[in-house]
Amino acid sequence: MSGHRFNIHRFAAIVVKEFIQMRRDRLTFGMMVGIPMIQLILFGFAINSNPTKLPTAILCADQSVFSRTLTTAVKNCDYFLFTHEARNEAEARSLLQRGEVQFVLCIPEDFSRKLLRGERPSTLLEADATDPAATGGAVAAMTELVRHSLDRDLQGPLRHLIARPAPVDLRVHRHYNPEIITQYNIVPGLIGVVLTMTMVIITALAITRERERGTMENLLSTPARPAEVMLGKLVPYILVGYIQVALVLCAARFIFHVPLTGSLFLLTCVMLVFIAANLAVGITFSTVAHNQLQAMQMSFFFFLPSILLSGFMFPFRGMPLWAQCIGEVLPLTHFLRIVRGILLKGTGLAEILPELWPLVLFLVVVMGVGIKRYRQTLD
Amino acid sequence: MSNSLDELVSSEATDLAIDVQGATKRFGGRTVVNSLEMQVKRGEIYGFLGPNGSGKTTFLRVLCGLLRPDGGSGHCLGYDILTQSTEIKRHVGYMTQRFSFYEDLSIEENLNFIARIYEVRERQAAVEQSLERLGLTDRRRQLAGVLSGGWKQRLALAACLIHKPQLLLLDEPTAGVDPKARRDFWEEIYHLAAEGLTVLITTHYMDEAERCHRLAYIAYGNLLTRGTVDEVVRRAGLTTWELTGPDLAGVAKEIRPLPGVEQVVAFGNTLHVSGRDSARLESSVMRWQSREHRCALIESSLEDVFISLMDQSLDNFK
Ligand SMILES: Nc1ncnc2c1ncn2[C@@H]1O[C@H](COP(=O)(O)OP(=O)(O)OP(=O)(O)O)[C@@H](O)[C@H]1O
Ligand SMILES: [Mg+2]
Repeated sequence: MSGHRFNIHRFAAIVVKEFIQMRRDRLTFGMMVGIPMIQLILFGFAINSNPTKLPTAILCADQSVFSRTLTTAVKNCDYFLFTHEARNEAEARSLLQRGEVQFVLCIPEDFSRKLLRGERPSTLLEADATDPAATGGAVAAMTELVRHSLDRDLQGPLRHLIARPAPVDLRVHRHYNPEIITQYNIVPGLIGVVLTMTMVIITALAITRERERGTMENLLSTPARPAEVMLGKLVPYILVGYIQVALVLCAARFIFHVPLTGSLFLLTCVMLVFIAANLAVGITFSTVAHNQLQAMQMSFFFFLPSILLSGFMFPFRGMPLWAQCIGEVLPLTHFLRIVRGILLKGTGLAEILPELWPLVLFLVVVMGVGIKRYRQTLD
Repeated sequence: MSNSLDELVSSEATDLAIDVQGATKRFGGRTVVNSLEMQVKRGEIYGFLGPNGSGKTTFLRVLCGLLRPDGGSGHCLGYDILTQSTEIKRHVGYMTQRFSFYEDLSIEENLNFIARIYEVRERQAAVEQSLERLGLTDRRRQLAGVLSGGWKQRLALAACLIHKPQLLLLDEPTAGVDPKARRDFWEEIYHLAAEGLTVLITTHYMDEAERCHRLAYIAYGNLLTRGTVDEVVRRAGLTTWELTGPDLAGVAKEIRPLPGVEQVVAFGNTLHVSGRDSARLESSVMRWQSREHRCALIESSLEDVFISLMDQSLDNFK
């Protein structure tokens, strides 16, 4: 009764066939390698552009050596281009609002008095963070600047003020976009995006193509079981997925110098679940679609919310609740958190578990639907 | 009484490759196969004929488990067609009407794939042998997609045979194949049948129908007749006259509305006139005997019979 159970030889037959077909279909194969490269190049600009000379206004209410030193330091810093001297808060606010400046540095009236008393006066850096990727570097620079620029002035009896914490407390107000996306977020995220895009489309097409070309009738008349056909079709594409990931990771490391802190082994394992989840989506689509065009459309239907609601494009916590709910269902959302955690923060298995189980659940449910829907007959 | 009949049926069942009763298939309320009955003995070449859209392909799909029937029951190679389709698939070779192998795989790769799927033992040897047997050895590395129609058919047949099936379901295997290749193809079929393989074959060619041991004719899902060629022709009760002489086109026009005349078909320089009411047909045809035309009674051909059956079924079902 071997005909009723999963059979490794029939499974292997399908894997071999898929590999041969993949090798013959140069264009598709090229796309699978080309898509990650193109996305890397496109999104890579966001990473390379660490903009400098951002227009900056200063609102200085304190006339002292210290505030002048600070102002000079800002003027000398490459990140900032001193353009305006604001006279009052209203003017500063309107400069920011009109986008004439990206930053306003506010030095309060009692700055030098508090400084001398060791009370750690606060300076406020107001930032237009609509384009957070643009401001991140500058904000970091300002922090350093404020901390060290006064060192030279604080000599002799004031020396003790240099002590940690910094003599001045810099507060940063990010306007218009409360959450920042650091540049490093993007490349690891790209791994998830690239996988979602190619895995879903390619598998959705792979099975629909069989139906469209009429080869499905033949395949169904053989003893091949649904599980054998599906898994046999998946395996070659899982491999392709890993090739894509390797490409993106290499680019991340050597072109964009993203620090890869965490365990690549753990990432590889988790990725398998994520790839499988996407393939399962593709297969399920293919059981619904009647032709390749429909399969393609459905894939995009899935891809768009994935890229928009997962936290890749927009900060997840900035979205309304309903959008977050949809986002929580999507595998990309969880994978992004995992991959950023592993690569950037070096998190381990224990920390990613809360994100891993929704992925597994998604995989199991969608795969179940796919296998159930895969018709063993032509009706 | 009924007991002995049951015994008779079950003892007979062992040498029946196909034994199906009441097979019915509907597509959205339209009955495409209507309560079809079919018995095919092992080792027999069984012809399955009918006009386009009569449900032949659908019936074959039901037989090998590709479509779930809406009614009926039966056995295929001793396996229940409703519950044991996995077993049936292992022992049946089904050649689809439309070429359904992978066009982006070479001939050899296609055969290898099918052999793997059926878990053929000593696969390499089996592939080698089937390439040789069908004369495809020289073209083994050619992609299936670039083959001409006739070669595709040969490849499909080779692939269907690679797992040594007991029953071959061939859906118009010789459509678009040249006469020599068709003859070779039939040689192969006879050869296989002699080895004990059962063949159910659909075709629109009359010469091929005549080569079958027995045949069934369906129209609009209904079985109209079955039996050997002679039986089918005899049962139809058709009389056919052959007319020769000048201006046959004019004669055809004049003779068509006459009583008893059901079919008028031109065959080269002759005209075949047939009908089931032989007396009235004779009196109609005889009007031409006196002039420069000659009339002779001939045997009805299978084609005459089928066309007559088709016309009748049109009257019955439309
Ligand atoms: N999957 C389907 N869904 C709906 N209708 C179908 C389907 N398959 C076949 N039909 C219809 O069933 C009828 C019989 O089709 P079938 O292919 O069995 O005819 P056939 O006898 O093989 O014809 P041909 O000689 O042209 O191959 C046709 O009218 C066809 O339109
Ligand atoms: Mg057909």
